[in-house]
Amino acid sequence: MPVTSPLLADSAWNDAAIKLGNSFGAIAGFLGILLVVFFAAGRATGRFGRPLAIAVFLGPAVLLLLVGLVAPLIRTVYLSFRNDDSTKFLGAKNYTWAFTNDSIHQVLLNTLLWLVVAPLAATGLGLALALLVDRMRWQSLYKSLIFMPMAISLVGASIIWKFVYDTRSSAQAQIGLLSQLAVWLGWKNPPNWILSHPLNDFLLMVVMVWVQTGFAMVVLSAAIKAIPDEVTEAARLDGAGGLRLFWYVTVPMIRTTLVVVLTTVMIVTLKAFDIVRTMTGGNFGTQVLANEMYSQSFVQFNVGRGSALAVILFLAVLPLVAYNIVQLRKERATR
Amino acid sequence: MSSQTSDQPVLSAARPLPAAKAVRKSFSSPLGSLFVIVVTILWTIPTFGLLATSLRPQQDVAVSGWWNVFAHPNLLLSNYHTVLFDGGYGVQGGLMPYLVNSLAISVPATVFPLVLASMAAYALAWVRFRGSDTLFFLIFALQVVPLQMALIPLLQLFSGGAHLGGVTVIPKFDLSGTYAPVWLAHTMFALPLATFLLHNFISQLPRDLMEAAVVDGATHFKIFRSIVLPLCTPALASFAIFQFLWVWNDLLVALTFAGGTPEVAPMTVRLAQLSGSFGGHWEVLTAGAFLSIIIPLLVFFGLQRYFVRGLLAGSVKG
Repeated sequence: MPVTSPLLADSAWNDAAIKLGNSFGAIAGFLGILLVVFFAAGRATGRFGRPLAIAVFLGPAVLLLLVGLVAPLIRTVYLSFRNDDSTKFLGAKNYTWAFTNDSIHQVLLNTLLWLVVAPLAATGLGLALALLVDRMRWQSLYKSLIFMPMAISLVGASIIWKFVYDTRSSAQAQIGLLSQLAVWLGWKNPPNWILSHPLNDFLLMVVMVWVQTGFAMVVLSAAIKAIPDEVTEAARLDGAGGLRLFWYVTVPMIRTTLVVVLTTVMIVTLKAFDIVRTMTGGNFGTQVLANEMYSQSFVQFNVGRGSALAVILFLAVLPLVAYNIVQLRKERATR
Repeated sequence: MSSQTSDQPVLSAARPLPAAKAVRKSFSSPLGSLFVIVVTILWTIPTFGLLATSLRPQQDVAVSGWWNVFAHPNLLLSNYHTVLFDGGYGVQGGLMPYLVNSLAISVPATVFPLVLASMAAYALAWVRFRGSDTLFFLIFALQVVPLQMALIPLLQLFSGGAHLGGVTVIPKFDLSGTYAPVWLAHTMFALPLATFLLHNFISQLPRDLMEAAVVDGATHFKIFRSIVLPLCTPALASFAIFQFLWVWNDLLVALTFAGGTPEVAPMTVRLAQLSGSFGGHWEVLTAGAFLSIIIPLLVFFGLQRYFVRGLLAGSVKG
């Protein structure tokens, strides 16, 4: 390519303009339709006014949820009892496969490990930081920098960490930070981190903790600030201080928020497949349910097995959200 | 660090410590501050290493670690030129079309769910009807549905329509090669959380204000437009930023509904492909990765004060 040529051909700019034009056109059309509907429905009075308002306000959301989440939920359950191209009924075969196949055992075990380690580490670290950072100078700088990975895609984060974990043979200079640190500490021949099972599982979890800690910190820090002064004051008059104050006053007061943070991180962890997919592709014993489900359905084209794994994923998250709803109901009852 | 704690005894002698501070005080020590600083550095280094690597010439990246830039600064932008416009190393074409796709996907996929969710949240909070609480909890509970679960049926719906015993309920749309399936999927998947968060905010608007408007004869549509939307701007803005980041950073939905073509696929999809084919060429891979995070980072640092405050307004109660 000659140096003098423009960065992009005219056609590429045209192309970009058309694409973005279409997008903004779609937004304008959407808002236009809403405006017309609002105007028309707003003229209705009398006893039709209220039901019409409910239908207009809730209709689109409910319809989309039915088509996009409820119907697929039912359909996936149905597909999970059928064979690879959904032509034959298999009974529970896909499920027995999932729970008896050795390679899937590894996947389920890994998923469980992720579900316990990553959320607890991220929430615990976030809580510690929330308690410590507020009294420091430059606190907003620290908060921003720790929160920053939240803005990075899991794909981007995976590439960043793949680079940290990069290993060269001992004859060459290391370019991955972790290997170089190992060398500086006197380890002549650092292992290929990504290939060493079960260490690689935890190295992948580090990425998730790196991304989620800032989120936990910011939300918990706000919750701690929101504890009414009188509560801690009363406890202090009763002679509580320091760690006791933390365990018996702070933690119970922010319990709801702690649960919400833990659940949110768990759901992200359970559903996220980007990290495993980008860093190891699920090889070297690092496969998790979310990625295996994708491989079964879209790489090996076994829709039945993929659907069964999706249902297992769904059943795994269900208790978490059920618990959250119970908490929420309590909170609303006291409001 | 120590200047923060030095005035503390004076303060506590004058009057009792404010509550939250008392707890924090017992945690604030030079050791605690050191911990925060160490974590901050650890959290920043990987991203900094990515930026540094993307600016180094290929021959440097191949033989020495990025920390050598401090000793031998030798920086250039040609890696970005390669990644954006040329490709190379067995890769056809640059990232530019994918960058445009990311933008063309993210903006509508932020606006659609935001508008629909705020409408639903208003109805659930202020147009109370029988079963509105149940409906609210059902919508919240739909967060459990893993995207993975909805992908296959939704894909089949888009390509084949919906039929019940020979009767076509929803005709098939030919949406392949357009952004529409990606927009639709993101809108559907964002609705439960968006409705939940916005409901928390909207339901805390002053009751008097709403009742006064009803007494004045305002319809729900008028109340929504002239009271709810203006008062909710902080919450809407904060959720918009979050949703934008999520959509921009999404891989799964894009991979399933947009495929991998330069016509519709966003940055994340291309980057995941490149991480395979660029393999050891860290100088181009890191440049690509940095390009994909620069827009979310700009959005994040530019607007973070608004979105942290707005997002927390409804979700953390005192």
